[in-house]
Amino acid sequence: MNTKEYVAGMKAGMPVCIGYFSVSFGFGAMAIAQGLNIWQAVLISATNLTSAGQFAGLTVITSGATIIEMILTQLVINSRYALMSLALGQRFGPLVGTRKRLISAFFNTDEIFALGMAREGRLTTSFFVGAGTVSVIGWTVGTALGAFAGSLLPQTLQMALSVMLYGMFIAIVIPQAKEEKPMRFAMLLALLFSCLFTWLPLLNRVSAGLAIVICTVASAAICALLFPLEEEVAE
Amino acid sequence: MNIYLQVLAMAVTTYLIRALPLTLLKKPIRSRFLRSFLHYVPVACLTAMTFPAILFAANHMISGAAGLLVGVLLAFKNKSLIVVAVASCVTVFLSELLIGLL
Repeated sequence: MNTKEYVAGMKAGMPVCIGYFSVSFGFGAMAIAQGLNIWQAVLISATNLTSAGQFAGLTVITSGATIIEMILTQLVINSRYALMSLALGQRFGPLVGTRKRLISAFFNTDEIFALGMAREGRLTTSFFVGAGTVSVIGWTVGTALGAFAGSLLPQTLQMALSVMLYGMFIAIVIPQAKEEKPMRFAMLLALLFSCLFTWLPLLNRVSAGLAIVICTVASAAICALLFPLEEEVAE
Repeated sequence: MNIYLQVLAMAVTTYLIRALPLTLLKKPIRSRFLRSFLHYVPVACLTAMTFPAILFAANHMISGAAGLLVGVLLAFKNKSLIVVAVASCVTVFLSELLIGLL
């Protein structure tokens, strides 16, 4: 462990820490509103560190679905991490051993991955884990406070806070959809499928977690066929 | 179903997705379809989770719709993640408050 690199990572991770804090506040409030207790909400955040995955996981838990459905949901929703881990592995280089890779893996979220890849010069696991540490602290403390506030606040405020997470998803999707036509198409397809699973008879009996998986796979597969990426884009 | 078992399954699956490619596979993905598919997954997934669920997030559908509209408008103007999230949140709260007063 290189202390200087670790501290540099912590500094670079501060904005992510603050962002995570505010969003996980919404997750905590939402978990409480859906019947979990504070300890359970904090446990989920401390062990998962993934906004979309946790959000979908919450849906799966509260709908009383099976473990298989939970695993399937996480596999699909978090599949992008596999791609990012591949890229991150290349960036660390062949000299970085398995133990360091196993520790770094836990912190590989969209934001920390972006920080790591943008690091000038060689990327050390110390830097990556430093950025990850402050982020996971922001994420977990935010969840705890959100859950605590959620259990005290009136129901109207609880509900409003749970919209925070949706707001974050909107903030991620819209700029991408604005920029790229295929992304716009992927968004509209997912929108359509999701509405079908909500309002169409029979389809609306499919549990919420599984519906998200089907909508995601169908939209992404159709877009991958219609608008494949250029051969070997540099990551 | 035991909630702690569910949380464990969730954490282990998520960790393995991150850890296996980082430790085992050191070559880049070749399949053009698979790379494209993974490229579209985040947007498709986040959209499916947000809509129409956001409409049912508050007591009145109109509040959720208002929150969605404000969020989309601000995101379209490339406002930061926190600004968009807080604005949607405040909109839903004010809308519920207003309906309560009427």
